[in-house]
Amino acid sequence: MKAMLLKRALQLVTVVWGVGTLTFILMRSLPGDMAYRIAASRYGQDNVDSNAAALVREELKLDQGALTAYWHWLTDLLQFKLGDSLVSGLPVMDTVQHMLGHSLMLAFAGLMVSVLIAVPLGLLSAWRGNPFDSILMSLSSVIRAMPVFVLGVLFILLFALHWNWFPVAGFGSPAHLVLPAVTLALSLAAVSNRVVRDSAKRTFAAAFYQFSKVKGLSAWQTFRQHGVRNIAVPVVAFFGIQLVSMIEGIVMIESLFSWPGIGHGLAHAIFARDIPVIQGAALVMGVLFVLLNTLVDVICLWIDPRGAKTV
Amino acid sequence: MTIRFSFGRVMLSVAVLSVSYVAPVFTHSAYATPNVTNTLSISAAFEFTSLDPSKNGFIFSRMQMLETLVDVDENGLLLPALAKSWQVSDDAKTWTFELRDKVYFHDGSLMDADAVVNSLRIAQGKHGALRTAPVTSIEAVDESTVAITLSRPYILLGAVLANYANSVLSLDAYGKNGDVLALSGTGPYQLYQFSPPHKLVVDKFEDYWGKKASIPYASYLTGHRAESRVLQARSGQADIVFGLDPASLPSLKRLPNLEVHSNPIPRTIVLKLNSGHPFMKDVNARKALSLAINRQGIAKGILRVPGSEADQLLPTSMSNWHLANVTSKTEAEAGTPESLLASLGWKKNSNGMLEREGVPFHLTIITYADRPELTTVATAIQAQWQAIGIDTKVEVTNSSAIPMGHQDGSLDVALIARNYGFIADPLGVMLSDFGSNGGGDWGAMNWNNEKLSADLMTLEETSDPVKYNKMAQHSAQIIYDERPMIPVSSYVQQTSVNKRVKGFRFDPFERSFYLNEMEFVK
Repeated sequence: MKAMLLKRALQLVTVVWGVGTLTFILMRSLPGDMAYRIAASRYGQDNVDSNAAALVREELKLDQGALTAYWHWLTDLLQFKLGDSLVSGLPVMDTVQHMLGHSLMLAFAGLMVSVLIAVPLGLLSAWRGNPFDSILMSLSSVIRAMPVFVLGVLFILLFALHWNWFPVAGFGSPAHLVLPAVTLALSLAAVSNRVVRDSAKRTFAAAFYQFSKVKGLSAWQTFRQHGVRNIAVPVVAFFGIQLVSMIEGIVMIESLFSWPGIGHGLAHAIFARDIPVIQGAALVMGVLFVLLNTLVDVICLWIDPRGAKTV
Repeated sequence: MTIRFSFGRVMLSVAVLSVSYVAPVFTHSAYATPNVTNTLSISAAFEFTSLDPSKNGFIFSRMQMLETLVDVDENGLLLPALAKSWQVSDDAKTWTFELRDKVYFHDGSLMDADAVVNSLRIAQGKHGALRTAPVTSIEAVDESTVAITLSRPYILLGAVLANYANSVLSLDAYGKNGDVLALSGTGPYQLYQFSPPHKLVVDKFEDYWGKKASIPYASYLTGHRAESRVLQARSGQADIVFGLDPASLPSLKRLPNLEVHSNPIPRTIVLKLNSGHPFMKDVNARKALSLAINRQGIAKGILRVPGSEADQLLPTSMSNWHLANVTSKTEAEAGTPESLLASLGWKKNSNGMLEREGVPFHLTIITYADRPELTTVATAIQAQWQAIGIDTKVEVTNSSAIPMGHQDGSLDVALIARNYGFIADPLGVMLSDFGSNGGGDWGAMNWNNEKLSADLMTLEETSDPVKYNKMAQHSAQIIYDERPMIPVSSYVQQTSVNKRVKGFRFDPFERSFYLNEMEFVK
């Protein structure tokens, strides 16, 4: 375990440097003049012109070479400084915190609801077999095939317009979280219930499982003592992957529900060539990925300690 | 020592922990949002990132937090605001503003000449119209008088001062270098919650000098997608929704709880042409491009506002700059697009595409995605130009690509939405678009008409309305005849207002939402 954590700590440092450097190189090599892009985001399309771009260039010293800018970023990073946004002038840390906080909230809420949907349905599907299994399979495929945006609009039409239970968009109260979280959860559960089902089916069919039944344990006792842990390992690992990909990949839900998340914020920062925000966001997300993966590994190890020596 | 955890218990604690992680974010004071009954909620497409009026002042002035020395009415005439009156000296080079008494900032301090001078000097150092105005000094004469001296007469000063970038904030609102730390303006509403880039809430300012607000709170939420904004209007979640998609209007109009307002605004969809381009150098080529556009079709079929087609840059409401005698037939008298292009030596090849001395007629239209209608209009024009044999390509990019393409000369044609009311007097935008050096970033390109440049410069100093009208009309005629820019359609702002709100009024210059005039129907 200690060796794993040490390895992950080292990984963290490499990820921070690698992600930062890579975003820097990628952003610098994008076509278009940074000063103009930043000016457009700062002053809006009615008020962007070459004067604004010149002002931005002078203020932000964009004429300095790429190497000098990179060196500034690296020395700042070593002092744990992420700098200020080129567009708003606000500290990158605050901006990222605001966006990431909302993204994490939505991601966790979505994941929790998806667990509540996927685990019982997956188990039931493995337990009962057909026709329930086939029906669930088709339903999962349909939901998975539907763009998450369409799912969101359907929910808005039903729950916000028809019944008026929840607000259409926005943030700031628990009611605002419901529709985006449920939309997200449903599209996640469409896949994860299949993972739960496969894992459960494999366990139910295993020799040790049959044996524990034969030796006289009740169905519930067998499930609790021999089923849960064995089913959980691949399922937890899969939820971990879903959580990680979700934090960055819910741009559509964020813009549909006016949710101020990091996916949306990052997309806008890229349009604006707001390099400190892009680097800051990518950095924090990189760190988060390493931490979440470590957490998932630790949990898996705890559920199934047999793998400890090989990790 | 080994510690054994029960699997179920750990799962339970994970659930509890995640709930306790989520919960505090909601109970944070900034989220104690005023409730539905006391808050007017507004939804529009614009994001905001900064407190600085020079950047996002357009939202803060619309939400009535900020005010300027002078105001404008719906016809662009100057009205007293923080200045109760002003005088222009005989040589027209000094403007003296008498400030209103007993006006307080949101931080409680008194608005006086020092605060005004400070705000204006800071605005002068930032990007905006004041920076380019011929202002030599801004001084406090006494506690309630401010004098602005100019290097030459400049009738636009009043309109420039009415721009949001020149709002007056308290002395303490600024940090060193003129950074804006707090938004303490003088408007009837003050900042209550600021969560860039999506949401802000204002609450009513009790010490406001003018008509005090009746609605306690107002919130602004950025709705990026037009579909989502329409749904907010339908569900009643938003009381006022700006920038509705015209396709959704018929169904919205049928709803009993909504009223839909359609207001023309001085914004026009225009093609900016590179008149130095070898294919567009000749005025007849530009006329042919203009004639080939089916404006009525675009207005009716794409923008879904029949009658919004435009063959002049400025709308009828800006009568000095609108030619009354021009109709859609005037242009057609020149000939057909095909005949005009044939007279310039263009011939159709075997594929039906135009060629001259073996060179195909190829043009690239660039446009930007900030306004979704621009992309569809661009593709419609592409099809209409293809139909007369011009090989046309459309590139969707960032709005900054237009000034950039102008400066580096790489631009062929750009489809833009130009706001002629950005400065309340259209002369402001006309000067930057046609004033000098063969045009401007958002105006004419590689096109120079010395008579027009000279006229526009003279207009800056012309205060006689009759003379002004004559020269402005002449300038508009030159632009119409020479077609350095081709107008396509004018804008109509579509707004839905929930019937629980009364007193809604639309500002064509988009400076204010007039929140303080609105009330909830009891």
